[in-house]
Amino acid sequence: MKVPLSRIAHTRSGDKGDTCNIGVIAYEERHYPVLVREVTAERVKKHFGGFVLGEVERYELPNLSALNFLLHRALGGGGTVSLRTDAQGKTFGAALLALEVELGEE
Amino acid sequence: MIRIANGQGFWGDWLEAPVRLVEQGPIDYLALDYLAEITMSILQKQKQAGANLGYARDFPPLVARIAARIRQNGIKVIANAGGVNPVACAREVVRLAPGLKVAVVLGDDVFARLDEFRAKGYEMRDMDTGEAIDRIRAQILSANAYIGAFPLAEALATGADVVVAGRSTDTALTLAPMVHGFGWGPDDFDRLAAGTIAGHIIECGAQSTGGNCQVDWQTIPDMAGIGYPIVEAEPDGTFTVTKHAAAGGRINTHVVKEQLLYELGDPRNYITPDCVADFTTIRLEDCGPDRVRVSGIHGGSRPPTLKLSIAYAAGWKAIGTLVYSWPQALEKAEAADRIVRDRLRQIGLSFDEIYTEYFGVNACLGPAASPNPDPPEVQVRIGVRGPDRKAVDRFTRELIPLVLNGPPGATGFGEGRPAVREIIAYWSALVPREEIQTRVEVVTA
Repeated sequence: MKVPLSRIAHTRSGDKGDTCNIGVIAYEERHYPVLVREVTAERVKKHFGGFVLGEVERYELPNLSALNFLLHRALGGGGTVSLRTDAQGKTFGAALLALEVELGEE
Repeated sequence: MIRIANGQGFWGDWLEAPVRLVEQGPIDYLALDYLAEITMSILQKQKQAGANLGYARDFPPLVARIAARIRQNGIKVIANAGGVNPVACAREVVRLAPGLKVAVVLGDDVFARLDEFRAKGYEMRDMDTGEAIDRIRAQILSANAYIGAFPLAEALATGADVVVAGRSTDTALTLAPMVHGFGWGPDDFDRLAAGTIAGHIIECGAQSTGGNCQVDWQTIPDMAGIGYPIVEAEPDGTFTVTKHAAAGGRINTHVVKEQLLYELGDPRNYITPDCVADFTTIRLEDCGPDRVRVSGIHGGSRPPTLKLSIAYAAGWKAIGTLVYSWPQALEKAEAADRIVRDRLRQIGLSFDEIYTEYFGVNACLGPAASPNPDPPEVQVRIGVRGPDRKAVDRFTRELIPLVLNGPPGATGFGEGRPAVREIIAYWSALVPREEIQTRVEVVTA
C-alpha cells in the first residue's frame, strides 16, 4: 500500500549555511525499516528538483527511528546571501511529507 | 541534581520566557543563547559606531528585571550576550543590576590576529566550500573562535551570579554548569557528550517544549504561555528534559526527537570544542507528564582545532513584491517578472542573481509544491543581489511603476520601494586550539 510519508513520520528541517538538513522520524519503531527502504537520498534529491544543486547525504539513527538528510547547495547560497523566502530551509521538512512511500504488507 | 533552563534561543526570542523561568518554579542556572552565525558581524558594525556597543542590548535590562529573583534563589545566569564587546556588556549589567557579581570570558575575538594566523600558514579555508580565505580578506568584519564549556565553568568558579561570554557555543552554556557543578574533567568524554546533547536539546528554547512541532500541534496546551525547557542533570551524565508545570507546551519523546534532529550534520560526529558527541547512542524514555529521560550517551575526544566564525561584506541585495489578484493572477505575476527583467536589461543593469518567487504558489516548497493553476491571488517577489549598491538601488525603482504600466490588477505596494541591504556573509574555518587562550575577569563598577 502506498501512503504519503506524513502517515508514518514527522520531520524537522533547518540550515547550516547553504546546506539544509531534514530529520525524518518514524512515529512508530516498526515503520523505521520502511523509512530506510523507501526514503533514499536519491528520492529526496528528486523530490526537491532544481532547489538542490549539490549532493544529498543520508545518515541513519536507528536508536531514534530516524534518518537525517543533508541537502548540499540547497538554499540559494544560504543565510544572508540567499534571496529565497525560506533561506533557512524551515519548510523543507514539511515539503518532504508529501513523498509517497510503499508500506508493504499492512 | 542541578536544573539548567534555557530562556532564549536567539537574539529576538520571547522576552517573557526567561522571566517566567525564574518565577514559575525552581531552577539553578539560566542559560541564554543570543548569537546566530551572522549576529557577530552586526555587533561588530555597532562597535565601530560606538566603543560601548557591540553586545546583545536586550541582556542587561533583562538581568535587572530578574535581579531580585536571582539573588533570592541563588540562580546563576550564563549568556553569550557579550558579542564582540563582552566587557561593555558586563559593565552595563553591573550598572543596571548593582550588587550582582559579574564575570566575563575573554579571548574568543581573533579579528586582529587573522594576518598573524595567515603568516603562520593556517589556510583558514571555508569549511563548506574549501575556498582559500584570501579572496575575502579585505571584506572581513569580524572573526571569533567558538569557545567551549571549560572557560565558562572557570567563570562560574569565581562565584559570579552572571557570566557573560562572547562567541561561546550554544551547547556550552548548558554544559558549563555541569562541568562546574559535577567537577567533570576534559577527558570525561561520555559525560561531556551527554551535557552537550542536553545543550543541543534546549538551546533553541521552545523548540523542545512544543514550539514548531508537527506532532499533534493543534492540541499542544497553552501555546500562548509556552514554557521554555529545563534540563535536570545528574552527575553520571543522564538527564531529564522538562518544564515548569504551570507553563504551557508539551514535552514527550516525539518533541525531543524533532529537536535532536534540528540542524544536525553527521550524527556520529557532532563536533564541539569540548568533545565529539555520538547521537546514535542516545536513549529516550517518556517518564511522566512532560518529562523525557535521556541516557546512554557516548562521546569521543575533543578536536585538536577550534572553529572560527568569520563574517564578511558580500555585496548588496534588495527584495520587492507586488500582489496580483484573480483572474489569471499567476499569469499576471509571471508577466510582471518578465517585464522587470526586460527593463533591467534595457537600462544595462546586471546582477550576480535575480530570483523570483510566487507567494501562494511556490515560494516555500519550490519544485515540491503541488500545482495551483488558478490561485485567487499571488504575490510576486523579486530579489536581486550584486556587488554594485547603485545597481541594486536602481532595481528598487522598477516594481511600483508596474501598477500603472504593467499587467492589470497590481496592488500591495503600500510599503513603498524595498530597502537596499548589505549582505554580511558567513565563513567558517579551523585553527589549532592552542592559538586560542581564554581568560576570565570579574567586572566591577
